[in-house]
Amino acid sequence: VRGDPGRLPHRAALAVFLLVVALGPLVFPTRYYLTVMIFAGIHVLLALGLNLVMGYAGQISLGHAGFYGLGAYTSGVLTAKFGVDPWLAILAALGLSAAFALAIGVPVLHLRGYYLGMATLGFGIILHILFVELLPLTGGPSGLVGIPELTAFGLRFNTDLSYYVLVWASVGVVLLGAVHFVDSRIGRALRAIQGDETAAMLVGINTWAAKVLVFVIAAVVAAFAGSLYAHYLTFLSPDAFGFMVSVKLVVMVIVGGTQSVWGSVVGAMLLTILPEYLRVLEDYDHLVYGAIVILVVMFAPSGLAGGVERWFQRRRRAAAAPVAPAEA
Amino acid sequence: VGVGDQLLQFVLSGLMVGGIYALIALGFTIVFNATEAINFAQGAFVMLGGMVAVALYAAELPLIVACLGAVAIVTGVGLLFERLTLAPLRHVSVMNLIIITIGAFLFLEGAAMVVWGKDAFSLPPFSGEEPIRVLGASFLPQTLWILGTTAVVVILVRLFFDHTMLGRAMRAVAANRFAATLMGVNVKRMVACSFALAAGVGAVAGVIIAPIAFAQWDRGTMLGLKGFTAAIVGGLGSGPGAVVGGLLLGVLEALGAGFLSSGYKDAIALLLLIVMLLVRPEGLCGRRSAGRS
Repeated sequence: VRGDPGRLPHRAALAVFLLVVALGPLVFPTRYYLTVMIFAGIHVLLALGLNLVMGYAGQISLGHAGFYGLGAYTSGVLTAKFGVDPWLAILAALGLSAAFALAIGVPVLHLRGYYLGMATLGFGIILHILFVELLPLTGGPSGLVGIPELTAFGLRFNTDLSYYVLVWASVGVVLLGAVHFVDSRIGRALRAIQGDETAAMLVGINTWAAKVLVFVIAAVVAAFAGSLYAHYLTFLSPDAFGFMVSVKLVVMVIVGGTQSVWGSVVGAMLLTILPEYLRVLEDYDHLVYGAIVILVVMFAPSGLAGGVERWFQRRRRAAAAPVAPAEA
Repeated sequence: VGVGDQLLQFVLSGLMVGGIYALIALGFTIVFNATEAINFAQGAFVMLGGMVAVALYAAELPLIVACLGAVAIVTGVGLLFERLTLAPLRHVSVMNLIIITIGAFLFLEGAAMVVWGKDAFSLPPFSGEEPIRVLGASFLPQTLWILGTTAVVVILVRLFFDHTMLGRAMRAVAANRFAATLMGVNVKRMVACSFALAAGVGAVAGVIIAPIAFAQWDRGTMLGLKGFTAAIVGGLGSGPGAVVGGLLLGVLEALGAGFLSSGYKDAIALLLLIVMLLVRPEGLCGRRSAGRS
């Protein structure tokens, strides 16, 4: 994968990424580490999709947890209540999520301004209400139990290690897709929208179609993350898909940097792992997340990735060489 | 009890809650006109209004002083928020502005939880709890306070925008930011004023609803969303639209909760929001071209 000049070299980042993921379980061979990393991987999937919406379509989605929950509950209800094959259920989850994203995105993304944020916020909260109220299907506030484990080609994903591999392999695929997408014609078109939407339209970019596409992709990825979550825990509760979850996902993307795929990876991992060590702050999470959001936007609007990229640019200029050595 | 009496009862309670939504919607409208941004912190200002009034009343201040004091303090919080976070930024995109208000919303909620804990508090009703009976329906005296206060605030805000230099300068910024700058209007100051005014109007809503609904640290999300829905239904940026949207939303919600199911009460409002965005994003009172690209 070739990164364009001035951006974080993808090849170096990919190497570091693979190394960390592969060596992680060897360095920390505990169940606890695997569990935290499985959740981190699921959050990375969610953040990658949201990052495309925020950084490339230039829109906020405040109901991303809604698509996440839609995926989880579609998988969970179909398998636990109707005995549908898990992989078929996952396909249904992805399709349903895409359909909802189309239904919202097609009309709302025609509007100038930030109406998607409010429409998705409403959508997310409505879904949360449905998860609570549709007792016969979802089990309501006390939760949905009896979701089967995933199996494929005679393999059962019933241990933490096997699930770790499954989740992070999925992350790898989505990550590669995202990196390619960002450098594709549509990805560059979307960056053009960020610069100046009118100018982008004048040179023949269908900004509306590009934004809808990105929104649908993000919704599908979120639903997949939800399905993975459902089959890992084999139990679902509406709390995991509330408004605050949507907000935390936005914070992951902002902290990592909205214009950077790798930023979202780091942001999601950081904000999954750090709270594990800062349990004392649990009751203060609104205060802490609020302060983080305000401070990042004020003092580091391009997030962690922006800082790292500037560091690379400086080093590159200092070396006065066109290509930076692939190390990090 | 006949269906007619029930209907009247639901409409009355709907109008009462609708007055609250109208005030919150007015707050969204004021900031939107000055900045084109959706101020997510609006719900937190409403919540703070109720909480501060409760705290002042608990400190043995007379009820009227506690209420007015809460509005003044929250207005100050709104101004302080703008001065500390938005004012120092030279070029802030509308998207970043929205994100900062989300941060402010979380921060204020978190701060309220740290200061007052997770308990729910309430204020005594402004004039007794003896229900007033009209044509087989009954309502609390607080309903009159809510509708009366809403009417007074709406008229005052209207007078402010029409007849004061500051209000007219704020309208100039809303109409054309660049032209306003050329005419010597200090745009940054007007943005600060809009946040202060929106916070104040939001706090009024929080104070007058406190006697009938509890004040609690996390009440801002839903109230803010309902207010935003009202603003969209009426037409984002339109003052009269905020009032129409608020009252309409209140009544629809009360009817829905009464005749369908109270568990889905919030879902009805949010569904209305989405349908409005899909079908008529400019709202009932907005201009037809608004919002479309």
